[in-house]
Amino acid sequence: MDPAENDKLTSTAVVETDEVLAPGHTYRSVSDRVSDMVLTWPVGYRWAAGLALALGLLFVLNVALGWVFTIGVGVWGINIPVGWGFAITNFVWWIGIGHAGTLISAFLLLMRQKWRTSINRFAEAMTIFAVACAGLFPLAHMGRPWLFYWMLPYPDTMGVWPQFRSPLVWDVFAVSTYLTVSLLFWYTGLLPDLATLRDRAKKRVTKMIYGIIALGWRGSAEHWSRYETCSLLLAGLSTPLVVSVHTVVSFDFTIAVIPGWHSTIFPPYFVAGAIYSGFAMVLTLAIPLRKYYHLEDFITMKHLDFMGKVMLATGLVVAYSYIMEAFMAFYSGNPYDRYMMMNRMTGPYAKVFWTLIFCNLIGPQVLWISKIRRNPWFLFAISLVVQTGMWLERFVIIVTSLHRDFLPSSWGMFYPTRWDWMTFLGTLGLFFTLFYLFIRFMPMIAIHELRDLVHKTEHEKAPAH
Amino acid sequence: MPQVFHRSMNTISRVSIVGVVVLIGGFFYFAWAVNNSPYYTRAMLQPLQPVPFSHKHHTVDDGIDCRYCHTSVETSSFAGLPPTETCMTCHSQIWTNSVMLEPVRASYATGKSLEWTRVNALPDFVYFNHSIHVKQGIGCTTCHGELGDMPITWKQNTLYMRWCINCHKHPQDYVRPREDVFLPVYHPPKNQAELGRKLVAEYKIHTWTRCDTCHR
Repeated sequence: MDPAENDKLTSTAVVETDEVLAPGHTYRSVSDRVSDMVLTWPVGYRWAAGLALALGLLFVLNVALGWVFTIGVGVWGINIPVGWGFAITNFVWWIGIGHAGTLISAFLLLMRQKWRTSINRFAEAMTIFAVACAGLFPLAHMGRPWLFYWMLPYPDTMGVWPQFRSPLVWDVFAVSTYLTVSLLFWYTGLLPDLATLRDRAKKRVTKMIYGIIALGWRGSAEHWSRYETCSLLLAGLSTPLVVSVHTVVSFDFTIAVIPGWHSTIFPPYFVAGAIYSGFAMVLTLAIPLRKYYHLEDFITMKHLDFMGKVMLATGLVVAYSYIMEAFMAFYSGNPYDRYMMMNRMTGPYAKVFWTLIFCNLIGPQVLWISKIRRNPWFLFAISLVVQTGMWLERFVIIVTSLHRDFLPSSWGMFYPTRWDWMTFLGTLGLFFTLFYLFIRFMPMIAIHELRDLVHKTEHEKAPAH
Repeated sequence: MPQVFHRSMNTISRVSIVGVVVLIGGFFYFAWAVNNSPYYTRAMLQPLQPVPFSHKHHTVDDGIDCRYCHTSVETSSFAGLPPTETCMTCHSQIWTNSVMLEPVRASYATGKSLEWTRVNALPDFVYFNHSIHVKQGIGCTTCHGELGDMPITWKQNTLYMRWCINCHKHPQDYVRPREDVFLPVYHPPKNQAELGRKLVAEYKIHTWTRCDTCHR
């Protein structure tokens, strides 16, 4: 960290708090604190190094996708019978991660949960960037991505519509709706903060840039009234999306007749898994952020504790689904389902399966312990374990179900190639590039909501009138 | 605190909101319009031919049947282009000194075929069979336009899949009695709706729109 930055930050010692906002904050102090990170802080070497690494991975993505588009999807390890492989695994994983952002920003807003305030802004950004990464995979997997618009219903020269009975078409609508609503919600929430940055900026260019994207926000009572209506409406639109988007994604599997896919438990199971991995990603981002930007006052122990609890709860739903899936395979008496389950547990991908069981079921049980939920580094480690587990879960669902279906003559194996790995790691580069730019140029915590929180917490403490 | 922007920004921002919608809408309209224009579909264009052959003159004025030249239309997927010998059945006797017909005589003398510019061409991934269409009461002019009115041949229709599908879904609007199939000029009767339904039943016409009907 730069010396100037260091002086400013170490002047106050880190005091962990158990409130949603550390005591003693005023409207001015919260506004200063968040807007200064964008406007007055110098570029730190840690930030620059992180961005450089992310850009490096983004370059890897460009190379990988360039090769895939030039040669074709054959450069990946996919073939018949395993036609889906890494691309769809990554798609489901990224989309799932996005769900926590929507849950925090929309669902918790409607539930009037105060602890969403300091984490919703960057969680929403995480959603948008995750959906952007997710969207790349079906496009690349098409093989001829320049014809992607064939998935859209438009007045084409062929006189045909997309196949509306196909869940792949539902995906197009679900994901594009999700991206649009998330983007609108995020941007609407940003408007008052962008105006704050415009008013506090010193340089004329900075004032103009934030001024243009603040869309003329003046903070009049009329503006605020419209803002509140608008964000409530958008929250109402987003909340069903928390459930519907991953339900539609799960239909990609359940509509097929493949043993291991064709199951009615998938929609709730996928939604729980999405929120599980999403909260893990929020923790992965929040814990380093609060450390390096000294945000312990805003992202407090209470936040970490709550997020740990949400992970524990959704993790238990996921665990229940795994157990039910295995139970139904035996209870149904269907030999193909039984074989699929035995093959998962003891077949060539058994190691992957048991790693996934450890990562998603066994490991996170330590979250029952309150001390662990309040230990940032422990929580950080668990969040990484859960994300690995959730990625492996999608891999196991896709690959072990496809690689041995009804006919032994069409059995096969899936081995990822270097291009598979490069595409996957490359999207991490895309995600973190966008995220590094976001924390540098946008207020990563909602300033106006923090002010509101200051008001509310003061009001609570004041004696009743 | 001084204003960041000049007052005119109010107008500019309002105009830009409408402007963006109009620009995006305009772009899609433009793309759609180009896609449906003769520039792109080549419909209604008259390509240059080695000999300015007139279907109007040969069919309506002279009364020659379509099948005199396009011999395989009733038995094959391809209607057939006449060899130079077919032209010469008449043109060895009439218009023998015509300058216009010089390429025909040259072709006959050398045995090298006339190289016509193709007017109606379907892509190779489409299976199309002339014989079944004429057998089921779809006339030449339904697809190729009123050839009896064409002094120079042009492509009447876009041949877009949308256009094929339209007839495959609603054959009753286009079907005609089998004996009228080869008329160079045909106007549907007033009772086409009634006649069409009757013929569809009589000829057992299927409304086949499955992909593999044409993309085999």
